[in-house]
Amino acid sequence: MKYRAVVHRRFQDDDGAPYLYVATSASIMRLDETSTEILTAFQNGGADAESWLDERSERDDAAELRETFRDMVGLGIIRPEAEVPPPASELPPMPYPLGTLVLNVTNKCNLSCTYCYEYGEDRIADGPAEGGAKAPMMSPETACQSVEFLFRTSGTRKHLNITFFGGETLLNFKAIEAAAKRALELAGEQGRSVSFSLTTNATLLTDGLIKFLVAHRFGINVSIDGNIDDQDRHRTFKSGQGSFDIIVPRIQKLIETNKAAGGRPIGARVTLTRGSASVRDIYNFLHGELGFAEVGFAPVTSAKDRDYSLVEGDYDKLIADFTDLSDDFVEAAARGDSHGFSNLNDLLRELHQGINKAHPCGAGLGLLGVSTEGNLALCHRFVESGTHEVGTIEDGIDEEKRADFLQQAHINSKTDCNTCFARPHCSGGCYHEAYVRHGDATKANMHYCEWVRAWTDLGLTSYARIMARNSAFFERYESA
Amino acid sequence: MKHLTALNKKARRLEALVEQTKDKAKAMTDPWPPPTDYPFGCTTMFAPGWEVDSSGGTDKLCQPIERDLYDCYHSCYWPVQVADALTNNPDWALSCGAPVQDWKSIDLVFP
Repeated sequence: MKYRAVVHRRFQDDDGAPYLYVATSASIMRLDETSTEILTAFQNGGADAESWLDERSERDDAAELRETFRDMVGLGIIRPEAEVPPPASELPPMPYPLGTLVLNVTNKCNLSCTYCYEYGEDRIADGPAEGGAKAPMMSPETACQSVEFLFRTSGTRKHLNITFFGGETLLNFKAIEAAAKRALELAGEQGRSVSFSLTTNATLLTDGLIKFLVAHRFGINVSIDGNIDDQDRHRTFKSGQGSFDIIVPRIQKLIETNKAAGGRPIGARVTLTRGSASVRDIYNFLHGELGFAEVGFAPVTSAKDRDYSLVEGDYDKLIADFTDLSDDFVEAAARGDSHGFSNLNDLLRELHQGINKAHPCGAGLGLLGVSTEGNLALCHRFVESGTHEVGTIEDGIDEEKRADFLQQAHINSKTDCNTCFARPHCSGGCYHEAYVRHGDATKANMHYCEWVRAWTDLGLTSYARIMARNSAFFERYESA
Repeated sequence: MKHLTALNKKARRLEALVEQTKDKAKAMTDPWPPPTDYPFGCTTMFAPGWEVDSSGGTDKLCQPIERDLYDCYHSCYWPVQVADALTNNPDWALSCGAPVQDWKSIDLVFP
């Protein structure tokens, strides 16, 4: 019978030892000469198993070849060519309980960053609704109702997350305060726990706000692009004045207070655009000088013809930059230290868990976004896009629309992804980006496949390099 | 597994599954000692099953050995020579309603 290797990726550690990532299961294995020989023989076109093994029956290791071949079939690395593919995985039982609600507490922002999808040319919100424009601020009542909605629609989950998003979230502290208070009341009554997180540009942080956020153990993400040059290139006030000098003392105060109180790690979120400094330099500044525990980098989401957009050559530079910072990560991990490059940290966690996604993220599944007026959307990026509305906090989720979307966005519907080794981790990529680029949120983001594959490769290589030098490092990723 | 090392959690789960299957397959071909989770006596697939139980007797078989007789020509393919009740001797076992009690009443058949 003819057998063939399934979609996979090979990679190596620093000593050249062979490793394997299997796309159908997201399992990672170390190979040796015998298993490598078998994999090579059965990849691409495949081979007839009996004749291949018979031809090698005189060899000293013939029995081991046969045994290893069986192991590889059992592990799903090599499968019969004529095998009927397993049935497509179905959606989890619906209605799926929510775990996270993202409250868009305001559409307003006191900055006017040139690349912002909220305000820029890539904003996807519909025009003013009948009866007037959309509310710029979420009322404290709507914030509380949103929290109640989350507690109602989260089934038996013991732990819930509430994330505040904007605009600039701290422009509407009233709604945040009201929501947090209501959530803690409900959590207390129902014997559940709740955690909060928020993204801010840090311009409005005051001592009082810092005290509140630290006391409530907020997970805080500060949007900041680097040193004064990087920050002020795009992150400006409406007057054109840069924001760096305003935010730095406030960030320092936040980090200091949070550290003294033993709060959750504070992260920086960097948007990378054309002309950004090197990723390693940005990291060293934000982590080393400002004291952020983690730094995450996101290439700007935009249509391709903006002057800040990343174009093909920029992605090559970006992956080279990420490689440099990954080298630092690997060195730290080899010593048993953690490193704050959060993109790689997240990727290594997923790789170690062997996560194999049917959907690229939890949007529409365990997570929904709420608009200032209480309309539900797939995530915070889709709030106020009528097309992507999936109900309201009052009437609940439009389950039919939700299930329909999730069905269409399922990885099995993205046939182009079938042959890609990065599929378990990417699963077609961000819905919002797909909508901006391709006009359909359920499409695979084919424009950044090369980037995702290069990034996944970098993650796999880093995994092998750390595994070879300090396998105990991965114990931190054992629990999900 | 000698030539593959499962590293991440998913690979370790798959490996455990493969090893478990191997153990089971080995147990099926190893006559002795029987694994503890193996049914005493016969299996549902191969009624009438074992001719002796795992202690060497017949007490613990899950059905009386006398019933093997019918399974030899009737419902199964137990390889024992009995009369051909399908075409030539349809009345062969008529005198025996409950083989556990009256198997001795079954007629002899001469070809």
